[in-house]
Amino acid sequence: MRANTEAMRAGPAPDLQPVGTDDDQLLTAAMRPIVKTPRWWWPSVWALSAIVVVGIVAWAVQLADGIGVAGYNDQAFWAVYEADLVAFIGVSYGGAVVSAILRLTNAAWRAPLTRIAEATALVTLPVGMLFIIPHLGSPQKVWELVWPPYWNLSSPILWDFFAVSTYLLATLVFFYLPLIPDLPPARRWLERQGTGARANACRRLYQVLGGGWRGTERQKKVLHLSIGLVAMMVIPLAVSVHSVLSFAFASSSRAGYLETILPVYFVVAALYSGVALVVLTVAAARRLFHLEAYIHPRHFVRLGFLLVAFGAAYLYLSFTEYLVDGYSGTTDNASWVRQILVGRYWVPFWFYVVVAGVLPLLVMAIKRTRTKTGVVAVSALVVVAMWVKRLVIVIPPATEPLLKSPATPVGNLAGTWGTYHFTWVPISITVAATAAIPLLLLVLFRFVPILPVTEMKELGSEPAQADVGVPAAALPAAPVSPEWGAAALLGRHAVSELGTLPGTVPGNPLSGPGPYQRNVDR
Amino acid sequence: MDETITAGDVGAGCGVPVQTGPVPVEAPTPMDRRRFLSRTVVSLFGLAAAGAFAEVLGEEHSSAATLPKQPGTPAGPATPARHQWCMVIDLRVCNGCKECTAACQKAHYLHEDQTWIDVVSMRSADGEDYYMPRPCMMCEDPPCVPVCPVGANFRTAEGLTLVDQSRCVGTRICMNSCPYQARYFNWGDAVPAPRQPFPQEPTWPVPQVKGTVGKCVYCAAMLPSGKVPECVSNCPMGVIYLGDMVSDVAVNGLGQVVRLSEFLSQNNAVKFKESYGTHPRVFYVPGRGQNLDTDE
Repeated sequence: MRANTEAMRAGPAPDLQPVGTDDDQLLTAAMRPIVKTPRWWWPSVWALSAIVVVGIVAWAVQLADGIGVAGYNDQAFWAVYEADLVAFIGVSYGGAVVSAILRLTNAAWRAPLTRIAEATALVTLPVGMLFIIPHLGSPQKVWELVWPPYWNLSSPILWDFFAVSTYLLATLVFFYLPLIPDLPPARRWLERQGTGARANACRRLYQVLGGGWRGTERQKKVLHLSIGLVAMMVIPLAVSVHSVLSFAFASSSRAGYLETILPVYFVVAALYSGVALVVLTVAAARRLFHLEAYIHPRHFVRLGFLLVAFGAAYLYLSFTEYLVDGYSGTTDNASWVRQILVGRYWVPFWFYVVVAGVLPLLVMAIKRTRTKTGVVAVSALVVVAMWVKRLVIVIPPATEPLLKSPATPVGNLAGTWGTYHFTWVPISITVAATAAIPLLLLVLFRFVPILPVTEMKELGSEPAQADVGVPAAALPAAPVSPEWGAAALLGRHAVSELGTLPGTVPGNPLSGPGPYQRNVDR
Repeated sequence: MDETITAGDVGAGCGVPVQTGPVPVEAPTPMDRRRFLSRTVVSLFGLAAAGAFAEVLGEEHSSAATLPKQPGTPAGPATPARHQWCMVIDLRVCNGCKECTAACQKAHYLHEDQTWIDVVSMRSADGEDYYMPRPCMMCEDPPCVPVCPVGANFRTAEGLTLVDQSRCVGTRICMNSCPYQARYFNWGDAVPAPRQPFPQEPTWPVPQVKGTVGKCVYCAAMLPSGKVPECVSNCPMGVIYLGDMVSDVAVNGLGQVVRLSEFLSQNNAVKFKESYGTHPRVFYVPGRGQNLDTDE
């Protein structure tokens, strides 16, 4: 903010290049992953592919021997694949949040993150949807789900199918629309600097996908309107997906599934884990593709604030759920809550409470840990802990016997997960799906510019929001201009905390003044 | 658009029988593309909504709603079912020998843990142990039927809820919705069965199909030939009665025949987990102050 007021006083910076110039550092940084193959690229791709292949082999074994090899039985009829389905579709929400919500709220700082966030949503959603295959007992009949004469419209699983496929379509459109204006400059850049088969393929691809973009005012108007509309549609669609997923569980009489809180609970959990995954992918992309000049530590801290907001909401929902159910005197509810809090599932449950419930709050509350490193570390823990929490949501109600008897009492169901026992098959498949996400992202960014060049230029070219790289430490503390209003209050708090973070130190070549290095604050 | 909608249009959209009598004739208006599209969309939505509603409301409500309105046509289904099957389980005499479970598994070639009729050990509030055989409850409002995405569960006119294993994809959402844990999955290869007197079909799901759900079918294929289910005929204590609510008769494996309604009312018969709104068709005769819903 101090930098902003300084910039406004100074007027537009002299080293700004006019929007639309192709040869600049920003475009080069966005295109570098496409033309340059880093040394680590092929080994990473091979290693990740090998993990995916192991998962496919495990699935083939399951196909041959039946889903029982995954540790399922009539007591634990739903377990790890259902938790995976929820968790992997859930992490795709990060893209919806960072792009759609920040777009609609005009948070300009989102600009360098949107492409990575939307790409994360684009690759995690199909991976999550694929879990329907190992989940089914007879996957050879999966076509029946898309065969309208067999549709039973009262089934929540069918609603799932409609909601998720619509959301996938919206995600694809939401990834494509902001990409359009980047394609012609990217194609021209490749014509000058790119060689080889893939560069030619990319050029042809860009011609097909965005060849008609001339950048006229009318085109810009239509594009902005479309992006705004899709952003508005993506949010209710995302909410519908996880609400409907939760209906599949809630359409029963089981304690722990039959909960009115479940849809909200699922949606917030998805947003929470989604933001955490976006932090991880942004951090990895920044490091691997050398985007330090455009993605700053303060981006992570801002994402950290988003993360902690969702995390606190989720902690609150968990608290209310277990409190109310534990309070009710019915045998089923009381038994289920007891098993989670102090019984068989206490280890995974308290792991969630400590790691994804309390720790993010602490990390963001304490100034010393409120850093890029702190946010990235806590995000990695949150992604894992939220997967574990999904197991705690799915498995206990399924394994809770509905017909209790002294002969087969609850205590006889030994093991951490009740009657469910992990085997190598679901573990391999889950790990394979996890590996598929970075693999697909690595491949995707060999074909698509990793930064939304046009969007960054547009947002950056507004002088009121621009910070042209004047070192924050060198500026006197200036009061915030009154016209910045309520939005600035949020930003002022963030920036006053962030001004002295490592990474914005003057003299660091990566954070030094560059033509497009603007730390947009709003 | 309003002036051109006829009674037939409205009826087609809502799934209500179309009035076939004379309709006020209007001057034909050419249907432009926009009007056609909007009408199609409205009709499709109406059909979908009506279909979903009918499923949700259940068989009774939907059949009541579609009763013919014209006088002179017979009310109700064209051929009313000749039987409405149910079971009566006399908890007073069950000794927990589990012969019923064994006979069922032998007849249907089931794995040991696929206890289509399960004998659960219970303890009453007085601390007295008793046994409770639990077949499929053949609910009048079966929660397993509406949740299946491919419609593999269905209810016959004679009141039996069955599974079409050739259709079942194995989502197991019916196992989630059943409050009685009466459904069992084929987690691996099914027990091989010799050639059967009946083809593999919902009324006689033998052998089981890997990756699909199976459950008690009241030995539905045997009922038309006058045979009682295996669990009924093999119970040495005469605990389990097969009942027919149409002829109001129930019979057990010892050949004892009772008048169903009398037997139930004289013995204060109860249903299991009736509060779930499932309207089960298995009647339990307690006798020692048991409460099936709260006993452990």
